[in-house]
Amino acid sequence: MAGDGELKLLGMWTSAFVLRVRFVLNLKSLPYEFVEENLGDKSDLLLASNPVNKTVPVLLHAGRPVNESQVILQYIDEAWPDRSPAVLPSDPYERAVARFWAAYVDDKVRLAWLGILFRSKTEEERAAAVAQADAALETLESAFRECSKGKPFFGGDGIGLVDVVLGGYLGWFTAIKKLIGRRLIDPARTPALAAWEDRFRATEAARGVLPDDADKMLEFRQTALDLGASKKITL
Amino acid sequence: MAAAAEEKELVLLDFWVSPFGQRCRIAMAEKGLEFEYREEDLGNKSDLLLRSNPVHKKIPVLLHAGRPVCESLIILQYLDDAFPDTPHLLPPANSSSDAAYARARARFWADYVDKKLYDCGSRLWRLKGEPQAAARREMVEILRTLEAELGDGEFFGGGEGGRLGFVDVALVPFTAWFYSYERCGGFSVEEVAPKLAAWARRCGQIDSVAKHLPSPEKVYDFIAVLKKKYGVE
Repeated sequence: MAGDGELKLLGMWTSAFVLRVRFVLNLKSLPYEFVEENLGDKSDLLLASNPVNKTVPVLLHAGRPVNESQVILQYIDEAWPDRSPAVLPSDPYERAVARFWAAYVDDKVRLAWLGILFRSKTEEERAAAVAQADAALETLESAFRECSKGKPFFGGDGIGLVDVVLGGYLGWFTAIKKLIGRRLIDPARTPALAAWEDRFRATEAARGVLPDDADKMLEFRQTALDLGASKKITL
Repeated sequence: MAAAAEEKELVLLDFWVSPFGQRCRIAMAEKGLEFEYREEDLGNKSDLLLRSNPVHKKIPVLLHAGRPVCESLIILQYLDDAFPDTPHLLPPANSSSDAAYARARARFWADYVDKKLYDCGSRLWRLKGEPQAAARREMVEILRTLEAELGDGEFFGGGEGGRLGFVDVALVPFTAWFYSYERCGGFSVEEVAPKLAAWARRCGQIDSVAKHLPSPEKVYDFIAVLKKKYGVE
């Protein structure tokens, strides 16, 4: 049967890119072994499985590695076509729209997130990164209204690609809230998106995997900053 | 003008030298799909472009019965999905995880090309001194990595009947830039990645590629214009 074979996910508990894979595996009730990678000391298995990028997540399916988070999400849909829900819709145009917004999130939201937490050296730089995030989230507010068409998620009635891609960042958004003193997805600026966030946090898919401890995440952030400063990793 | 565009089933808003646009042209040619090509003046973008891609305001944009699809790799996948009876670029999905794995592999490598090649190439012609040397080292590594993936294959694979597949189409437009990379970087693709160079020549023999790629000299001239514009000597 297609899809047989054990699943192993190499990742880190904080990573937005890893979390999205966990949401989907949860949604489809696919059991897997989670292997926590050490940011400053990558395992041999990781380096052997993803020699080109050396990043998490890596999904090992019966030992074969699939790399790059959005590639993994589509792989899961395609290798288990009978496991609902589908992450991508079946209509070609809707698939293109979902892929477009997922790419947008990983472009604009990712850059702003990196800026706010890891690349800003001054208050001004951080404020500029927050402004970048605000602009991206305003665009996503419109996107949400268009994609959801009045339903609870980007994917409609159920969670889809854009939901899990954006949803993965919510762990860090909890930490950012502590850092900047307000929700990054501001209910005053982007009410539909803020309501989406609350809804997403409450889903089965997010349960147990989406981090919600701001202090722990800020500790992790400090570790990453220290590793970046000593050039052990690139931020 | 706008009404005429909506009547024609496929319209591509594009810019002649864009490798991202060329991917779409080659894909449609491989699939035997007729389309209307529209050259955009990037210094004076059309209302249609701005309306069709308000988020990025970039080409290429594919309009299918008036509905815009943006981002070249998304366009390629859309073409596979929307025209399933045409030669496929990605290996077709069936219920096997082997097929899903082949598709995942193709997507990974197309994403690699997207992330690495254009940016590194830009640094190669735009910078001087040590930063340029660093870009050159990076470019050599990228070409070698791609060559390793190609292996002894005729193409990167997955395309219908052994023809151009997803990764081939994603990468082939950059072969028109190899000459410029070589001139700016002071290296030879043939020397650092002979199999890739052979693949590039092989692709150049294919009608869809020959028809839609500019000559390497034209690309080099274009870069010279950009260099002047940005004050790079």
